[in-house]
Amino acid sequence: MTAAADVLSPRSRNLQGLLFSLPLIVLFLAFVVYPLYFEVTQALDRYTYEVLFNDPIYVQTIVNTLVYVGIAVNLKLFLALLLSGVLDDDSRSTRFLSAIFLLPWAIPVLPGILSVRWMMSSQWGILNLISEDLGLGTHHWLASRWTAISALIIFHIWKYLPFWTVIILAARRGIPRQLYEAGAIDGANPFQTFRYISFPLLAGIYLICSLLSMVFTMGDFTNVWLMTGGAPGDSTHVLATLAYRYTFRVGKLDWGVGVFATALPVTLLFIFILIKKIR
Amino acid sequence: MTRGRLGVNVMRAAVLAAVTAWTLFPIYYMVSLAVTPWDDLFRPVYVVQRPTLDNFKFVLLQESPFVKYFWRWLANSLLVSGAVMVAVLAVAALGSYALGRIRFGLGRYISGMTLFTYIIPASFLSIPFFKIMGDYDLLDTYWALIFAMTTFAAPYALWVLWDYAKTIPNEIDESAAIDGAGPVAIFFRMYLPLITPTLIAVGTYAFFFAWNEYLYAVLLLQGEKMITLPVGMGNFLTSDDAPWNLLMALSVIYSIPPVIFYYIFRRYLTHGLVSGAVQGT
Repeated sequence: MTAAADVLSPRSRNLQGLLFSLPLIVLFLAFVVYPLYFEVTQALDRYTYEVLFNDPIYVQTIVNTLVYVGIAVNLKLFLALLLSGVLDDDSRSTRFLSAIFLLPWAIPVLPGILSVRWMMSSQWGILNLISEDLGLGTHHWLASRWTAISALIIFHIWKYLPFWTVIILAARRGIPRQLYEAGAIDGANPFQTFRYISFPLLAGIYLICSLLSMVFTMGDFTNVWLMTGGAPGDSTHVLATLAYRYTFRVGKLDWGVGVFATALPVTLLFIFILIKKIR
Repeated sequence: MTRGRLGVNVMRAAVLAAVTAWTLFPIYYMVSLAVTPWDDLFRPVYVVQRPTLDNFKFVLLQESPFVKYFWRWLANSLLVSGAVMVAVLAVAALGSYALGRIRFGLGRYISGMTLFTYIIPASFLSIPFFKIMGDYDLLDTYWALIFAMTTFAAPYALWVLWDYAKTIPNEIDESAAIDGAGPVAIFFRMYLPLITPTLIAVGTYAFFFAWNEYLYAVLLLQGEKMITLPVGMGNFLTSDDAPWNLLMALSVIYSIPPVIFYYIFRRYLTHGLVSGAVQGT
């Protein structure tokens, strides 16, 4: 506590603090609280839900979102956990490869998606060239629901694996070396080292990363919109792209808002768990 | 070296090779499409036979209807990103001073508020945000996008600064306070100069946060002269005969500034959960 602050009463300190945080508070009220309030009041309209729950596209979208978030995020973080072990090494070659490995994170999301999308073009993409040369024939990769969703999952992992690997790697570097040395003296094999030393110490961070990444991915729009646009036949939408479709293609703003409103309870629950855990 | 150790090393090398190939393949494909001449675009190959820089020339000279406003889009992106950078720096510098130096009782709520803003997916607020901007007649103006990006970029910026603010020794404020300086004077004369290096990192973060944004840009900006680069790139897809070689040349141009920045400041951007903040998806 500063001497300057000590002379001030808690009340005038609060006043000063609030004045300095005023721009932040204004932004929060105007662009976070007010939109949320709008969303919740709209969500009280029962008619919207009748429409949504009776729309097969909405139901399909919920399934897609669960599959996309569930598989992409968990697979990605599991791979990040393993890969951070491989990259936890100070040799020059590993450091160099780690830097290359960060490229997908540094490149904006659009160029990455566009490249992968053209790659999967059934007539002109390189994927079919490879597939044909391997004797597997050509495929319409983005023309069926589950291969399109797999493509989304694969792209998600390509783009975001590096970031989470770096986060888990930083946590791994925080583990005291003596623990590994003690394990080595006791003759632990690599699996036992992971099972009894690394994993228990990484579990907390791993859980926070999973929750955070799941919340972020639940709101994904750009990947899906630019990779499939919901096609074929609106079968690959996720929450955000379906909301966009309802609002701008169908012209029903309250349906669009309703899509998010139905996901809000779970999302808010996750957010509050996270705030409790991070603090 | 024992046999087991050798086996581990061979496996490690194999994993690293596979990961490197996986990482580089889409980037290699992007660059090779960017140097593919028009005549070869619809003949897939592993290695471009006659690489050319013409696509970059077409983009820079705006010689195709798809890129006829390239420079305008670039200017729009720079303008919005620059404004977001300035706004985020102001908001986050003030906020981090409040949380890190004044340390007031209500600060808990302020930090909870920013954490909430940071975690909630921005898309969940997008449709109401669009509606509200419509009500205020701000659609298709840069203001709308600047407001949105400032709101969502400020929390992370605040944390990085706050973390740094906590490391400044208290004696500095104390001696200034003894000299009779008020909090405003301390903020401008002592705090800002001390945090300048971090401000540079955080400001560039805010700049590229806005530079990379697609959803809010596509919602809020519509006129073909108003849109930012990523929206212009997304609009290629509305046409069946989009020139993908041009699109990829544009992609390369668009990617270079953020890639340079991410590598320079990667320490700040992977600050880690340990300090209570993460930036990613």
